[in-house]
Order: sequence, then structure tokens, then C-alpha cells
Amino acid sequence: MYEHDVVVVGAGGAGLRAAIAAQEAGADVAMVSKLHPVRSHTGAAEGGINAALRDADSWQDHAYDTMKGSDYLGDAPAVEALCQESPEEVIRLEHWGMPFSREDDGRVSQRPFGGLSFPRTTYAGAETGHQMLHTMYEQVVKRGITVYDEWHVMDLAVTDEDDPAERTCHGVVAYDIQSGEISGFRAENGVILATGGMGQVFDHTTNAVANTGDGVAMAYRAGVPMEDMEFIQFHPTTLPSTGVLISEGVRGEGGILYNSEGERFMFEHGYANNDGELASRDVVSRAELTEVNEGRGIEDEYVHLDMRHLGEERILDRLENILHLAEDFEGADGLTEPMPVKPGQHYAMGGIETNEFGETVIDGLYAAGECACASVHGANRLGGNALPELIVFGKRAGRHAAGEEMGEAEIETGRSGDWQPADYEFGVEVGEAGGSGTAAADGGAVATDAESVVGGAVDRAQERVEELLSRKGRNHAEIRSAVQETMTANVNVFREEGRLEETLEDLREAREAYKDVAVSDPSRTFNTDLIHTIETRNILDIAEALTMGALAREEFRGAHWRKEHQERKDENWLKHTLISWNDGEPELWYKPVVLEGENKTYEPKSRSY
Amino acid sequence: MSTQIPKQTEESTEADAETEPASKGDERRAEKRRRAAERREQRQEEEAEKAAADESTVELKVFRYDPQVEGKQEPRFDTFHVPFTKGMTVLDALMYARDTYDSSLTFRHSCRQAVCGSDAMFVNGGQKLACKTQISDLDEPVRVEPLPHAEVTKDLVVDMEHFYDQMEAVEPYFQTNEYPDGELEEQRQDRENREKIKMSTRCIWCGACMSSCNIAAGDNEYLGPAAINKAYRFAMDEREGEEIKQKRLEIIEQEHGVWRCQTQFSCTEVCPKDIPLTEHIQELKREAVKNNLKFW
Repeated sequence: MYEHDVVVVGAGGAGLRAAIAAQEAGADVAMVSKLHPVRSHTGAAEGGINAALRDADSWQDHAYDTMKGSDYLGDAPAVEALCQESPEEVIRLEHWGMPFSREDDGRVSQRPFGGLSFPRTTYAGAETGHQMLHTMYEQVVKRGITVYDEWHVMDLAVTDEDDPAERTCHGVVAYDIQSGEISGFRAENGVILATGGMGQVFDHTTNAVANTGDGVAMAYRAGVPMEDMEFIQFHPTTLPSTGVLISEGVRGEGGILYNSEGERFMFEHGYANNDGELASRDVVSRAELTEVNEGRGIEDEYVHLDMRHLGEERILDRLENILHLAEDFEGADGLTEPMPVKPGQHYAMGGIETNEFGETVIDGLYAAGECACASVHGANRLGGNALPELIVFGKRAGRHAAGEEMGEAEIETGRSGDWQPADYEFGVEVGEAGGSGTAAADGGAVATDAESVVGGAVDRAQERVEELLSRKGRNHAEIRSAVQETMTANVNVFREEGRLEETLEDLREAREAYKDVAVSDPSRTFNTDLIHTIETRNILDIAEALTMGALAREEFRGAHWRKEHQERKDENWLKHTLISWNDGEPELWYKPVVLEGENKTYEPKSRSY
Repeated sequence: MSTQIPKQTEESTEADAETEPASKGDERRAEKRRRAAERREQRQEEEAEKAAADESTVELKVFRYDPQVEGKQEPRFDTFHVPFTKGMTVLDALMYARDTYDSSLTFRHSCRQAVCGSDAMFVNGGQKLACKTQISDLDEPVRVEPLPHAEVTKDLVVDMEHFYDQMEAVEPYFQTNEYPDGELEEQRQDRENREKIKMSTRCIWCGACMSSCNIAAGDNEYLGPAAINKAYRFAMDEREGEEIKQKRLEIIEQEHGVWRCQTQFSCTEVCPKDIPLTEHIQELKREAVKNNLKFW
């Protein structure tokens, strides 16, 4: 067993920042990640980091934009923390040497982004995430922080009291991909989940193959609710054949969207008469698909994003990476022709329920970054708000886990305060498909001391691996692709009740099939078959919760559009969707959104761009 | 094990059809299953058609090795026939082969867009990122091997530890002795200087350059192109200041540093991010010479 004060799971932007913060606060930190840190998907972020750095800008304006972008489902204490602390965090990155793009006076460059009232998206070309990831990993190297790379965390080691709010997380159990060793990692002070996105729930996604939502699923099965899972961002400009992202920076710099008739549809068809292409992402994605559905798409599939008029010099200076991506992955030359684009799954607004310090309802368990839901983004994330979330909330979780005093949280977690049960009947069985339970409910004697809790988790993980390796059964790949197919077909930008119900049935079938899953590669060396099989379980749990949330939320808010419910219903739905695993019988409940900020209350207004 | 064109399994569409549709929901489910079965059939037909026509499949010869598994302990090549689709990359073909024929086929990959640096391989005799290498640009059969000059862990996976050690040997983190006064004050950097280091900051740590370098193959302690490029990225960054630059030049001037490079340009040729590695190494040599002259 390995022992540290703080164990960070995942080594992308949020994990790296958390590890640095925890170490600065005096903790002995270890990072455990299934990828080497520089392979993390933070590196694929392109556009930039929103930060109110300039005199003419203010964190209050940033907060207002973010709250409006969230369609009033963001929690004000988290939104305000993001906007207040992003400037100092961005400057910290600059002090760590991050090579930002520069203005003539030598200061860092900022550009306009969708939904922003000020050009506050601070960037490094169209490769901001790559530069940020490498800059922070450099700091981890400098500080000598221990990194267990290519260790796949399989589960959390959590006590098994009936009420999740009474449970404690003592560490994790991980599988060394290189050697096949399974070991416990005891965390004296806390475990921070920073496992990123879950795009692999869909098949057309900008996310990496590794983005399987492991942390969300692990926390869920240990008793932490998933929050607002139905809110998925579909980015309006992804390459049709691969899902590779074309940065919003293209539109920020002046790129224009055209339909097959050469119309600038964002204006000409009235989708966003003020902001046009720079409306919020949910608005632009729906506009594009509406164009395609009404017969004005190109090859019935996509629209054109044209940046030729920006000129070669400006494109090379600010968007060079886009030229390479369009050329390498779609065979399009952005300098001489428009680029084909269509909406693709990009980001999960929801995730592990946390407060504004990254704490979950389980003592000693934290989450930060895309896997977490504080909630900063509510029903729709603004472009340029993901990277600041990583550094602001990574830092907060790291400090808190290391034991720094940070005051009382304003956001409540778990079933406290004004939570309310849901009365939605799904008509399809959800949750564990027969077989053995997982995570906290081990059915054995109640383990109380940390060592036995971690030890028990290791034993269960070992048993599971042996079972998967020794038996004969189905390959996970067909199950995974069945899930991705139904989710992409039915739980996409446009959602209808009947098809959401069908999806729950499909997922039920997939869960049944997964009961017979087996790993055919018998090797203990770099067994990716085993890792992918374990990940597929996580994909299943997340897909189901996501679809449940999408069915139950009978309104249209932010990225969540429902055919039968074409308006935002503030009287009923200014509340977060929570789904608790409940030892295999998922339970849906709600808690109110927190719109009261430090000095003001954010009154919901109609949202137009 | 050698695999062939996908075998066609007759799937019974009857088996999972509802026999007694009772409710509306059941009818819908039955209808949906029927549609799913149709889709499945159609897909299989399409795949079979593709696989049948020779020109629309691609033949891969893939290096296989596993230190633990009987029959794989002796390295060998397996052949896979993968249906070709427009825009297919080497990574797409490998994933297809793995998910369809042999789930033990092992390789690193993650982002699929040439930024995570996981999937550098030796493709038809050259170091390439599998995800950005189009099948249509390659001669067949496509031969896929692990990166040369690195220890093979399994199949296409090599041990990267040595590469990481070299990267970390050059103090690969920003250092300066003078920060601006205000906490919210950024350091200034002019556009030219940012431009100068831009290409060097694009390194994705894929290891292609190191694998291609003859010198690195013969001298295990040679820092190698990637690590020297990392040193260049900081040495040329004016925000660090002169004093730090001196220290950086000392590091790259060591016995196994820049002077080992024989300007063969192989690293520059294989770099998937088009970083002019050899030029950067040469420039550091010049800086070092200038620097040494200063003290004469």
C-alpha cells in the first residue's frame, strides 16, 4: 500500500493545479493517472481562458455573463469564485512561463468569445490548453511531486455507513497498467478526483478516447450524487468525420458560418440577431442542426465555417493550429476554402456534486474540473470558462484537502437544506443489472479503520480483475459502441420523450450484456482490453444517469432542449437534478439553485444573444 | 495469429423479438428491435461488401510481442485486413482491428488529434503519429512497429521512461530572478520573442525524434532532440533573464549535450509538429560559443 497525505486522481489541468496547491499547503501529494500527465485532454483545449484582467473589465461582468450563459442554473458562490480568482490564476500561469500570445505592448492577448460582454479570453494561439498543461506539468516536475502514471484508478476506498453523508474516503485502489499490480493508495487527508470529461458516452465527440468519466462513475457508486448530468455541451464547430474541435476562437476572430445557400444563417434566419456567430454555444449548435434539418445543410450533414477573409497573416498568428487540424483531419485548407463543421459532444456541465471548495458529501473526497459540478456552468458553459475552472477549483480543492482553513461553504451538498424528492416514473428498470454490487455496499462487516477500508477495496478490485480475466464472455467493445450509438442518436442536441425512453431501454440491454463481459487478453502487461472493459462500466452508469436527467427535466434550459417542453420553466425548474446510486437503485432528487451572490442576487432574465 | 476478412455470423433476428406485444411500449420496443436488426444486417452486408472488394480493404502487418503470453514471447507480425474508409488514419485502422478481430492488440492512444503525443509508431519504416497518418498516403501492406531504439513493453507500446528522464534532465521549468512588483502584473514579452520560442513550445513529447536519432541510439546519455528543444524553449525566452540563461547553456553544453548532434536532420524530418529541432540545436551551439567567447 502506498501512503500520502493527498492523492489526486487524474493529471490534467485540474489535477496538476490541485497537486501543486496541496503541496504548497504542506501536504505530501501523489498524483495517480491512467495517462502520463502530458497526455491529458486539457492539452486539446484551444480557445483560451476567461479572466477579467483589464481595467475596463470586471469580475462582476464576467460573473453576469457566466450566469446568463448558464441559463441561471449556475450557483452564484461558485460562479463568483471562478470570476474573482481567474485573473490571479492566469497571471500565475504567466509567471510560471506559459507562452501566451502577446500584444504590441508585451502584455498577454485577449480575444472575444461567445456570450462575453468583454474580450477577456486570454490565449496562446489556438493551443491554449496544450501550453497550460505543459506549463503546469513543468511546475510539478520542479516541485518533485510524485506521479504514478499509467496507473488506472479502479475504485474509491470509502466506508459503508448507510447515509453517504456519514461516509469517509480513505484512499483509492489502482491498477498498474505496466505490470498488472493492484495496490491501495491510502490518503491521510483527502482524495481529489480530477478525471475530466465523459465524452466517450457519445460517438461523435471532441473528447479523447480516455475520457470515460471514471471519476464521476466511481464517486457515484460510492454514494456521491451526480448533478445536472443532462446538460451536455455540443460544440457547434467540430469536424464532421472525426469530431476534432475547431476552436470558437475562429468565430471570436471573425469567422462566419454559412449554410448551403450561402446565407449567413445566424443573422439571416434570426437565430441571434445581435451576436450572430458569437452567440452562446447551445444557441449556435441548435441553429446549425435546424439549418441541416430544414434542408440547408451541406451534404445534409454540416455547415461551413469560413475564415478566409481574416487573411493569412492573422490566421497564422492566432489560429495556426486550426489550419493543421482542418488539413490533417478533414483535408480542408482553411486559407483557401471554408471548413465543414457540425455540432459534436464537447463538455459535461454536470458531474460530481461539490461545493465551492470542491468538497463532496463524502468526507475526504473532493472533485475539481470537468468531472465536478459546483456548479459553475449550470445549463450551458461559456467558451473560455473551462480552463479557468480547472485552475481556480483545482487550487481550491488542493488547499482544502491539504487542511487549509477556508471558511464555511455556502453551497450545500447531499440531502441537506431544501432538497426535494422527484416523482418521475421511468417505466424502465434502471441501476444495477443483477450481479454483485460495487463500491461501498460490500455486505461484509463494517470496516472502520482506514487500512481495512483500503484493503477491502483492493481485495474487491483484485477479485473483479481475476474474474474478468479468467472467464469467457462478450467483448466490451460492442457494448460500448451500442451505448455510444444510442446516446448520439437520441440524447443529442434535440431530445424527444419517446426516444429518450428508448435509450433507457437500450441502456438496459447494454447493462444486461455487460453482465457477461470478459477480457480475452490474458496478459498482466499493458492489458488495455482490461482497462477499456472497466471503463465501459463507467460509461454505462453515466449514460443512464444522463438520460434519466434528460427525461425528468421537462423544460428547455441552456443545452437541454425538449421537443415537448419548449420553454424555460423557472417556477418549477430553478433547481439542480441529482441522481444518487443508492446501492444500485438510482434515485432522482432535486435541490434549489443558489442565485444569491456576494453582493447581489442574479435574477433570471430571458436569454437572447 | 493471423486474422482474415471479417467472418460473417448469421444473427438471428427472431431470437430477441417480442412474442406477445401487449402494451404500446412493448410494440414500440418490438418495432425498435426490428429496426435495429435491420440496421445490423445492413451494416454487416456493407462490411462484407467492403471487405470483399480488395481495393477497399487495407492490409496491416502489425508487430506483436508480449513477454508473458505464450505464443507472443517471440516477436512476430500479424496481418489484419481492415475495411478502408475515406480519411482513415493508421490509428483508425488499428482501433478497428483491435475492436473487431483481436482485443489484445495493444497501443497507446488518446486524443486522436495529434496533441497528446501517445501514438508515435514506426510506420512503413518511419516515425509517425498514427492518428495523423492517412492510410491513403501509404504503400500496402502497411507495416506498423513500435518506435525503434526503445524497449518494447508489448506490441506497439514502448517504455518511455528514458525519454522522460532526458526531458527532466534539462530543468524543464520556467525560472527567473525578477518578477514584476504587483501580484496581478504580468511579465512583458515582445511579440518577436514569443514568436521565437513558439515552435519549440509545440512539443508533444511523442518521442519520434529521439527514436529517429542515430546519436541517441549510440549514446544512451545523449539528451536528445526533444530535451534540447525544451532547453531551447527556456534559454531563448527573454523573460528568464541573462543569469538563468547562463545556467541553461551550461546544462546543454555538457558532455552528452548539444555537441553530440551531427546535424543529420532526422529528428526534424520526423517531428509531427514541424519543430525545426536541428536548427534549434545549432542555434544553441552558436549561443554557447558566443557565451564562451565572452569570458575570454
